[in-house]
Amino acid sequence: MAAEVILSTRDLGKRYKARWAVRHVNLEVRRGDIFGFLGPNGAGKSTSIRMILSLVRPTEGEITIFGHSLRSHRGLALRRVGGIVEKPDFYLYLSAIRNLELVGALTGGVTPSRIGEVLHMVGLGERGRDTVKTYSHGMKQRLGIAQALLSDPDLVVLDEPTNGLDPQGMKEVRELIRTLAKDHQKTIILSSHLLHEVEQVANRMAVISNGELVVQGGVEELLHGTETVVSFRASPKRSFLAVCKKARGFVEKVVEQDGAFRVTMNAGYVPELLRRLVNARVEVTSVEPRRSLEEFFLSITESAQVR
Amino acid sequence: MGRLVWSEIVKTFLKKRTYLGFLIVLLVIPIVEWAFKVEGGRFLRAATRNLAADFLVLGNLFNGWFVSYQVMNVLWIHVPLLITFVAGDMLAGEATAGTYRLILIRPVSRTRILVAKYMTTVLYVVLFVAFLGVVSVGLAIVLLGTGDLLIFSRGILVLPEADVAWRFILAYILAVAPMMTIASIAFFTSSFVENAIGPIVATMGIVIVLTIITVLPVEAFNTSRTYLFTYHLIVWQKAFLDPIPWSEIVLSLTNLAVYSCAAVTGTWFVFTRKDILS
Repeated sequence: MAAEVILSTRDLGKRYKARWAVRHVNLEVRRGDIFGFLGPNGAGKSTSIRMILSLVRPTEGEITIFGHSLRSHRGLALRRVGGIVEKPDFYLYLSAIRNLELVGALTGGVTPSRIGEVLHMVGLGERGRDTVKTYSHGMKQRLGIAQALLSDPDLVVLDEPTNGLDPQGMKEVRELIRTLAKDHQKTIILSSHLLHEVEQVANRMAVISNGELVVQGGVEELLHGTETVVSFRASPKRSFLAVCKKARGFVEKVVEQDGAFRVTMNAGYVPELLRRLVNARVEVTSVEPRRSLEEFFLSITESAQVR
Repeated sequence: MGRLVWSEIVKTFLKKRTYLGFLIVLLVIPIVEWAFKVEGGRFLRAATRNLAADFLVLGNLFNGWFVSYQVMNVLWIHVPLLITFVAGDMLAGEATAGTYRLILIRPVSRTRILVAKYMTTVLYVVLFVAFLGVVSVGLAIVLLGTGDLLIFSRGILVLPEADVAWRFILAYILAVAPMMTIASIAFFTSSFVENAIGPIVATMGIVIVLTIITVLPVEAFNTSRTYLFTYHLIVWQKAFLDPIPWSEIVLSLTNLAVYSCAAVTGTWFVFTRKDILS
């Protein structure tokens, strides 16, 4: 049986003057999910997250969190939600502890021991009394996660939480996300423009591009399906295509692009195809497996960058 | 609500810029009052020279009360600027710092956050005006002692020494009202922009333009000027009239309250509908 849906959006849209930043977004986040929300920069991730956290008013559509409409019962809907939106900003002239006290005053029920607990959880236990202006970007990012967890929310929304972190910091944040889901039973929405980040930690995901939802489903199902695109660099061309033609049982499609052959095939048959190519004296200089979603994501990312 | 107000008080009163106005008062008042003392009443003698033929002036009229009254007249033009430093930063400061994203994702309504911020603004204005009064009057009395208070307003009025202290207290209480109106306008302009300079400039711009209309000797403005809040900024002066014109004071306070309410309502309308994009 599928887990309870704790956040859903129905036909969510936001228009700025004549331009739709987000339109027809229908998300479904289930209890216990680490839900990757993926898309290139400018795709509409942050606008969607801001609407979910009530920073931006939707132009159309509905958001329901824990069964409460965000439009009509904002307080109830956000009572069990914590979040961090884009870069972590704080009152720089105050200490981390004082900042968390102020955040706690807005939700209520936050004790000094809880503040110590979350600071310890993100590795800032020893620096809590220092003013935030003395913090590095990575430390502010951790403090951002600490404030998101402060009221012990059931749903944690993290918008690009590894932005600006060094590789070690990224690894630690991803580990923390896994721990939150596994050991603390939190449901997490992780917005990111990094496919591998989502792949590493999420169990479900959605991809947004140009403000519209492109795909949504289980990470396993979307990324590790049987259909894979394998990029070959090989010669002679005629022999390569002849071998592929004979392997119609497991090769679906061959497209020549940028001097390489992109072969859509069942991933399990790659060794068999290689064996046949070698027997046919085809010289293979590179083999690069690419899953279909990665191909797709790269294509939308690249097109966004070109724009 | 108490928690929210506490949180706003902590944010406001742990910020250095909050004390800028207090610091300026501490620097300017002693200089001005020391200058009065050094000048030794020449100003008062010049003002009363024409009266010498008709009146016999006894006692010390150049005293702390007189100097405090003059200081109040002079400084009251500049105090609004100091008020806008803080009131204009209340909302715009959060936008500049990016901390809207920290506070507005909580399950507390924007209206409650706004009320807490406005209550903190009221507290700041009351504390600032009280501080100005204590420093100005206290230092003047220490430097120049007390005596009867000579007032040049609607003729000449000499208030006996025993009748002066409570009038100063009343004057400073009344002075809170126009400062709250100016703070409310700064609060309103602060809801639109994402930097703290904008509200200061906009508010002072409004005050300056309306003050010009208020004081211009143009007949066409005679009726309309009484509706402008700038016409009532000096409501505190009425505390030094005899008898005190209570009906005029009520009228001025009503006008100022209407402007304050309009500004706060406007702020609420903008703030509760604002998309946080910073």
